[in-house]
This record gives sequence, structure tokens and C-alpha cells, in this order.
Amino acid sequence: MKKYGWKELPLGAILKGEWSTENFPTGDWRSERPVWDEEKCTDCFLCWIYCPDSSIIIKDGKVTGINYDYCKGCGICANVCPPKVKAIEMIPD
Amino acid sequence: MPLKALTGNESMAEAMRQINPDVVAAYPITPATEVVQIFSSFVADGLVDTEFVAVESEHSAMSACVGAAAAGARVMTSTASQGLALMHEVLYVAAGLRLPIVLCEINRSLSAPINIHCDHSDTMGSRDAGWIQIFSENVQETYDNVIQAMKIAESSRIPALVTTDGFILSHCLERIEVLEDSEVQSFIGEYKPAYSLLDIENPITVGPLDLQDYYFEHKRQEIEAMREAKKSIEKVNKEFGDRFRRRYDFFESYKLNGAEIAIVALGSTAGTAKVAIDSLREEGKKVGLLKLRVFRPFPYEKLCEVLQKFKVVAVLDRSDSMSSTGGPVFTEARSALYDLTTRPRFVNYIYGLGGREITESDIKKVANEALKISKTGKIKELVQYLGVRE
Repeated sequence: MKKYGWKELPLGAILKGEWSTENFPTGDWRSERPVWDEEKCTDCFLCWIYCPDSSIIIKDGKVTGINYDYCKGCGICANVCPPKVKAIEMIPD
Repeated sequence: MPLKALTGNESMAEAMRQINPDVVAAYPITPATEVVQIFSSFVADGLVDTEFVAVESEHSAMSACVGAAAAGARVMTSTASQGLALMHEVLYVAAGLRLPIVLCEINRSLSAPINIHCDHSDTMGSRDAGWIQIFSENVQETYDNVIQAMKIAESSRIPALVTTDGFILSHCLERIEVLEDSEVQSFIGEYKPAYSLLDIENPITVGPLDLQDYYFEHKRQEIEAMREAKKSIEKVNKEFGDRFRRRYDFFESYKLNGAEIAIVALGSTAGTAKVAIDSLREEGKKVGLLKLRVFRPFPYEKLCEVLQKFKVVAVLDRSDSMSSTGGPVFTEARSALYDLTTRPRFVNYIYGLGGREITESDIKKVANEALKISKTGKIKELVQYLGVRE
């Protein structure tokens, strides 16, 4: 990616447009990735509640996957997943 | 031009009334309290259209100023000493976001020990914050500088602070010439902000995270803006002089022609120095004064041009930078002349800390010592402390 010089950048880092963290994928910070098992999942949403980003994808009242564009691999979801369920496992990325 | 008897504080409040800023956010502190107290009565009396935000601290005051300026408002505030120190963190934010806020700063010493009187340590403490700094010799200059600072800040997109010396000027009544309200308005013109957070048709993002990849580039822009601000200052000074016949520059040369040694001073002490120099000149002693008005950006090139011909330059500093080798004006002025093959000898006098009075005889002592150095070429002490008891 081209890196801009100081003469090309907007003054004071004031950016035009509605920028948000959505424009800043942080998935490449990850060293481990959570793998979610649909068969084991009971849709308790503990992972969704505890995820510090918003990387647990919910659709129609059910967990449907993990958004790897933003998941930083912190492992909290795997940790809070009830021991009897163990629907999320962390593996090296 | 109407004449008025005003104190430094009153003159700043009057200039603020005539500028009629959109927002003023402030917190009172001696000796700057009067500036915003008087201004708040202008607000209460309906003499200005300003939204006055009474906040709970100076940190909040500057934060509210930054918010208002980012929303596209013309913004002013005032403070002194500990108040400026408490603003310190947010001063950098205002400069980094390139918001042309104008701050009326009353020079006062910093604790500890507690002292409410004049020195320049507060202003020098925010020396590197990225603000334009303009010092005033008297009440007339204080008033004129505030009006010019608004235009300088807006045309260079850098915040500016104008200082006046605590109590010596802030509470001293002088006869000054004020401008008509319409003259001030036509001089500063309509403010067209570069961006506005409230413009929902054209959304912007202010203050994004700027890490190793880009922070340096944005700081480089700020450094360049400070260099470019010299042009804005020159232009505004000239326009002010052409319109209102009071001429200003980065510094004032007083009896430097034919002088052998020069004294450098800023703020109200320049007035005392002029009296001392007049008297020394009558005795046939060839001494002159360079009164520094703009300290940020520092006018290196011009200073070098004017000071290079002297044998000795004695710099008066009303603060010490605790470097163990003198005050901020001394180190910067001396550095400005370093590249010359033949350059003046420099000596430094720290004076007036905590409001300690500086008199005509103090300045004469400095001048006479400088003349002696000029003759003998010998400097006994590089940095001296005027009037301090051993």
C-alpha cells in the first residue's frame, strides 16, 4: 500500500467522510483464531456478550460464525463458552 | 481614534468584545480573572453574540474551546499561570487539529512556592505546544496584539496566545487608542473555518489514531505551518500598520543604530529598558534594545541579521528553563547566531521571577557590564541572577 507524504495528507489528520473502526480491519493482529462448531453451539450468546469487538456474528437469534476481519484472537469467546459445550476452540492462525 | 483609559485586562476584554467570538470557554484565575469576568458581563448585557461556557477547570476550558473550534466557531479564552499549566495537554490538541483559537494569557509565575505575580515561566512552559506566542510591552500593544492574533491564527491555522505581564500590565491603567467596532470587524473579516463537525452534509472524522506510519507526517505539517506563519504574521502586521498607523514586527529595534552592545528583552521590561537606554545614551554610552515581540515562531533569520553586528548581546529572561545554563530566550537567541563566523558574545540575566521588580538601575547595570565585556572580551559569569540576594 502506498504511504502518503506529509504534503499529500489532510491537515491535522482531519479525514473527510464518516470514518469508523469498520474501515480499519484489525484481523491481522491475530496469532490464534477461534474456530466455532455449529453442532456443539447452544446459542447461549456468552461469546457475543463478552467479545470486546463485535466479531461474533448473530443472525435470526442464532450464532452463525465469527468475523475474522476484526477478530484479534484474544480467546475470550473460547474461554467463556461453557465447559460442557466447548463450541469454540483456539488454533494457531 | 477614540482614546480610553484601560488596564491590560480591560484592553483584552475590550478587544474580545470587538472581535465578538462565537464561543468563549473560560475559568477564572488571578491575574487573568478580570478578562473573562468583564467579558461575561458583555455577554450578560447582550453586547456580544458569544456563547459563554463557564467550565469547572482550565483543562475543561481548553477542551470546550477545541470542541467549539472543531465545530467551526471563532473561539477565544483567557488564563494565567497554573491555569495555562492545567491546559497544557489540550494546547497540543488545539495545535495538532490546526484550530485557530486565541488565548489571552496573563504572565504569572508557577508554584511552588505559591506566587501570583509576574514572570514568564507559564508561557515558556507551553513554548513547544505549537502555539504562536506574542508578547506585549504595554496596554496598547496588548490590545493591538489580541486583534492581530485573531487574524494571524485564522490565516495560518495555528492557535495563538497573546501575553501581557501580570499586574504590571494586567492591572495597570494606561491611556490607549482603541479602534471602532466596525474597524475591528472589517480588519479580522468573516471567519471561514476549514471544516465543521456540525456540517452533517459533509461529515468529517476528527482525531483518528495516527501511529508510527503517519503521526510524524502530521507533525511535519505542523512544523511547516509554523514556518509559514511567519508570512502570515508579516502580512497581518503590515495590514494593521497600513490601516491603523501602529506598526508592528517580530521585534522592535530601539536605538540599535550606532550601538555597541544590545539588550534583548520581552514584555513590559522593554519599557523600563528604553528609559534606561535613553539615560545611558545621554551619558554617551552606545547601547540599544531589541524588544522581542513574537517568540513563537522564533524569528531566527531576522534576529541574526540585526544582532550580528554587535560585540555583546545581553539577554534578559524572566524565566529559567532549569537547564543549568540560562533562560529560553538566551538559548534560542544565542543559537540563532551560532552559524556566523564572527558573532557577538552572549550573556544572560535571569530577572524578575515571582514579580521581583526590575528597575532602571538594574538595566543600567546590565548595559554597563556588557560594555565592559565588549572592551575586555572577558565574561566572568555567563548567566547571572539580577537582584537575587546571596
